Amino acid sequence: MAEFTLPKNSVVQEGKTYLAAEGVTNVQEVHVYRWDPDTGENPRVDIYNIDLDTCGPMVLDAIIKIKDEIDPTLTFRRSCREGICGSCSMNINGRNTLACTKDIGEIDGPIKIYPLPHLPVVKDIVPDLTHFYAQYTSIKPWIQSTTPPPPDRERLQSKEDRAQLDGLYECILCACCSTSCPSYWWNGDRYLGPAILLQAYRWLADSRDENAGERLDELEDPFKLYRCHTIMNCTETCPKGLNPAKAIAEIKKLLVERKIA
Amino acid sequence: MSLRSPLGQAKGLGSAKEGLHHWWAQRVTAIALIPLTVWFAFKVAILSMSDYQTVLESIGSPWSAALIVSLIVAAFYHAALGMQVIYEDYVSHKGFRIAAIIVTNLLMFLLGAAAIIAMVRIALGG
Repeated sequence: MAEFTLPKNSVVQEGKTYLAAEGVTNVQEVHVYRWDPDTGENPRVDIYNIDLDTCGPMVLDAIIKIKDEIDPTLTFRRSCREGICGSCSMNINGRNTLACTKDIGEIDGPIKIYPLPHLPVVKDIVPDLTHFYAQYTSIKPWIQSTTPPPPDRERLQSKEDRAQLDGLYECILCACCSTSCPSYWWNGDRYLGPAILLQAYRWLADSRDENAGERLDELEDPFKLYRCHTIMNCTETCPKGLNPAKAIAEIKKLLVERKIA
Repeated sequence: MSLRSPLGQAKGLGSAKEGLHHWWAQRVTAIALIPLTVWFAFKVAILSMSDYQTVLESIGSPWSAALIVSLIVAAFYHAALGMQVIYEDYVSHKGFRIAAIIVTNLLMFLLGAAAIIAMVRIALGG
């Protein structure tokens, strides 16, 4: 059966509490999931009290401040700090999002930070995305065409055709959507998940691609595609405001169009 | 423990190249069930005041019998399709999953067949 409870060695325990320095008035409590594979201990939640007056506005600023000033052992991924690289995706107060674009001011009470749900954890809030990236590779995310490009220029695309990629090309593969999807939690070994299916549709919708048929052949599968039941957690959580559920519905429509319509 | 590459694991056994029919049939039966169920509910509500003989004659008339048989086919087919989706979602053990799907399909067929035979007997005045 799908697992609804955590195994014993994954049960989260109470961790350390770091008090704010004396004289600090604007205190923000930050709860962070901690797990170190080398100690053999269960995961725990550490509580850091930080000074908001000397902290940047975003949750990522708070995490960086903790690592710089309080606890250098805290491990996390980050790079661009402006919502374009997708590295700092994590679960903040129950919602998958990018720490770098999540405003601390929007959060009432303590900030609660966990890794993206239902992925193997590498350390602390760093999840293992190996399988996610392998699934991305499996959909062949590049132009496939038999017609060679013109020798003297790039492949042309009309403005209307280019507009078909709007709402798709912006995806940064942060995995917030896929890891918010129960179907991906229970059957992620085979189900491609919303992020990869949105990318698959991005290539189906590209006027320069000539392999739509083969792409649809590869997608038509009870597990790869049809685990999506359109509950729309993906669309709800996407930090870039995209709509993976609609992209998946478009793939299903193309399959209907090919066989029935 | 497997040293198979991540891409090899992700590709697995490849696509089954089916799934559209199951998905489409589930939606078509769902849409068919809306008017059929509403009609049947009204039929039962109206006939609840009548005596046994009147009920037999009313549901045994050609159009009523045809609609009820359609309802039976759509309902049990839809149930079998829907239960399969639930097993695929939540039962990760392959053996249990296949067994559950087969048993459910056979059960839905049996119940549907029994219901249709009963309806045909009423319609033919048996």
